[in-house]
Amino acid sequence: MPVVAGPQHARELKQDARRERWLLLGLSGPAMLLLVVMMILPVAWLFGLSFVGDDGHWTLAHYQRMLDQPSFRRIFLTTFQVSLITTVLCVLTGYPLAYLIAHLPPRAANLCLIAVLLPFWTSILVRTYAWLVLLQRKGLINQWGQALGLWDEPLALVHNLTGTLIGMVHIMLPFLVLPLLGAMRAIDMNLIRAASSLGASPARAFRTVFLPLSLPGLIAGSVIIFILCLGFYITPAVLGGGKVIMVSNQIANDIEMFFNWGAASALGVVLLTLTLVLLWSAGRLMRLDRMLGGEH
Amino acid sequence: MRDWLNASASDTQVTHRQRLWLYLVGALVLFFLVAPTLIVVPMSFSASQYLEFPPREWSLRWYSAYLASPEWMQVTKTSFLIAALTTLVATPLGTLAAYGLFASRMRLARALHTLLLTPIIVPLVLVAIGVFYAFVKLKMVNTLIGIVLSHSMLAIPLVVLVVNAALKSYDMNQELVARSLGASRPRAFFTITLPQIRFALLTAALLAFLTSFDEVIMAQFIAGGDNATLTRKMFSALRDQIDPTIAAISTLMIGVTTLLLGLTQLLGRGKGP
Repeated sequence: MPVVAGPQHARELKQDARRERWLLLGLSGPAMLLLVVMMILPVAWLFGLSFVGDDGHWTLAHYQRMLDQPSFRRIFLTTFQVSLITTVLCVLTGYPLAYLIAHLPPRAANLCLIAVLLPFWTSILVRTYAWLVLLQRKGLINQWGQALGLWDEPLALVHNLTGTLIGMVHIMLPFLVLPLLGAMRAIDMNLIRAASSLGASPARAFRTVFLPLSLPGLIAGSVIIFILCLGFYITPAVLGGGKVIMVSNQIANDIEMFFNWGAASALGVVLLTLTLVLLWSAGRLMRLDRMLGGEH
Repeated sequence: MRDWLNASASDTQVTHRQRLWLYLVGALVLFFLVAPTLIVVPMSFSASQYLEFPPREWSLRWYSAYLASPEWMQVTKTSFLIAALTTLVATPLGTLAAYGLFASRMRLARALHTLLLTPIIVPLVLVAIGVFYAFVKLKMVNTLIGIVLSHSMLAIPLVVLVVNAALKSYDMNQELVARSLGASRPRAFFTITLPQIRFALLTAALLAFLTSFDEVIMAQFIAGGDNATLTRKMFSALRDQIDPTIAAISTLMIGVTTLLLGLTQLLGRGKGP
C-alpha cells in the first residue's frame, strides 16, 4: 500500500507522536506516586507543622527559638564545621588517590578500584562499628600506637569530633574518588604531552592543564559530599558519643525524647532549605545526575 | 628495582622515584579505605569477650551466639523479607520510570527525572519523621507494607540512575526497527531492549536490595515491634555497648555483599555499568 504523506497525515503523525510521549511519561507514574506519598507529602506536612505552636495556633516560635537560643546556633555551626572539614579531608586524600589510579596500568587500577568499591558497598553501620572497635581506648590503634611508643596515654579517638570525622571521611571518600576518576580519565592526555613538548615542567603541565580540566569533577564530588554530610545521622550518633550533635541528631532527639514535632520540623525545614539552595546553586554549574553518577 | 625507579612513569618524563610520594599517599589512603573492613573479619573469630586483633584464641563463639539467639534470627528474617520485597517493588517501578522518561524526550521528562533522584539528597531523618508522622495517623507504624513502601521510595533513585546510564549507551533505534517490522512498543521493549539492559537491571536490583537491607534511619522510626530490622537492632546495640556478636554479624554482612557483588560482576563481565 503506497503511503502518501499529505498535510492530513503529517498532522496525525504529529499527534500520534505527542500522545506516545505523554504515554511514555506516564510510565514514571507509579514511581512518582510513591515519591509523592512517601516523601513529598510527609515533608510538606512537616513544613506545615513547623508553623504550629504548642497551643495549636499558627506561630513562628519554632523559628524564633532557633535564632534566639545559642544552642541551636551551635548545632548548625557543628553541622557546617563537620561537613566542611570532611569535604576538605576527602579532597586532600581523594585527589591524589584518583590521580594515581587514573595513571596506573589497567590491571593495577582495577585492583585499586576494588579497594575503593569494597567499602562503598559495605553497610554504613558495619563500617561505623569497625571504626568504633578500632578507635576505642583499648582499640587496635591505641594499642599499636602505645606499643610503638608513639604516645603513652591512650588517645581519645572516638566518642568525639575526631572519631566522627574519621568515620565520615571513610564513608564519603568513594563519593569523591569515583566521579573524579571519571573526569580524569576523560582528559585527553595528548594535551599534557603537548604542554610538556612546549617546555612546561611536569608541575606546570599539571597546574595549568591537568588540574583545571579535572576541576569540574572535583567540584561536583565536593558539592555532593558536602550536601550529603549536612544530613548525616548515624556516624555522629555512634562515633560522636553524644558530643557531636548535628542537625539530624537534634531532629531525631526532638522526636524520640520530647515528641516535639514543631521544633523538629522547623529544624528539618531549615536543613532542607540549606540543602536545596546549595544544590540549586551547584545545579547552575552542573546537573544532579552527573554529580551523583559521574556518568557523562 | 633501580631501573624501575628511574624509568619514566608518565608522559612528562617524571620518574617513578620522583613519584614515590604519590604511591605512598595512594597506598595509605587505600589502606585507610579497606582496613576497618579487613580487621573486623578476623576479630569476629576471637574467643575473647573483648575484641582483639589478632585474636589470641580463635573460635566461632560469636557466630553461635548470633545463630542461637531467637531475637537476632527474627530480625534477620524480617530484614531479608523486607529487602526482597523492596527489590520486587523498586526494580520494576524504577526501570519503568527510567525507560519512560528516557524515551519520551520531553523537557518535562528531564525535570521529573531529577525529581525522582531527590531522595538521595533530602536529609533522611526529615523524611523519616515525616513518614513516621503520617504512619501514626494511618496506623501503619511497624507494618511490613509501610516499611517496604518507604524503602522502595529510597531505592528507586538508584534503580533510575543505573538503568538510565544503561539506556544512554543503548541504541534506541533497535527498538524503532522492531516496531517498523510490526512489533508493538511493549513487545519491542520486552524482546529487544530488556534483554540488552539485563545486567543493568541486575545491578539495580542488587542496589535496591542493599539499600533496604542496610537502611537504619527510616527503620529507627517505623520498623519496630514484630517487624524490627537487623540494622535497627544493630544500631541500638551499638549505642549501648560494643557487643562482639555484632562483629560476627558484620562479617556475615560483608560476606553476603561481596558475594552478591562478585556474582553480578561475574554475570555481567564486560557488559554494562
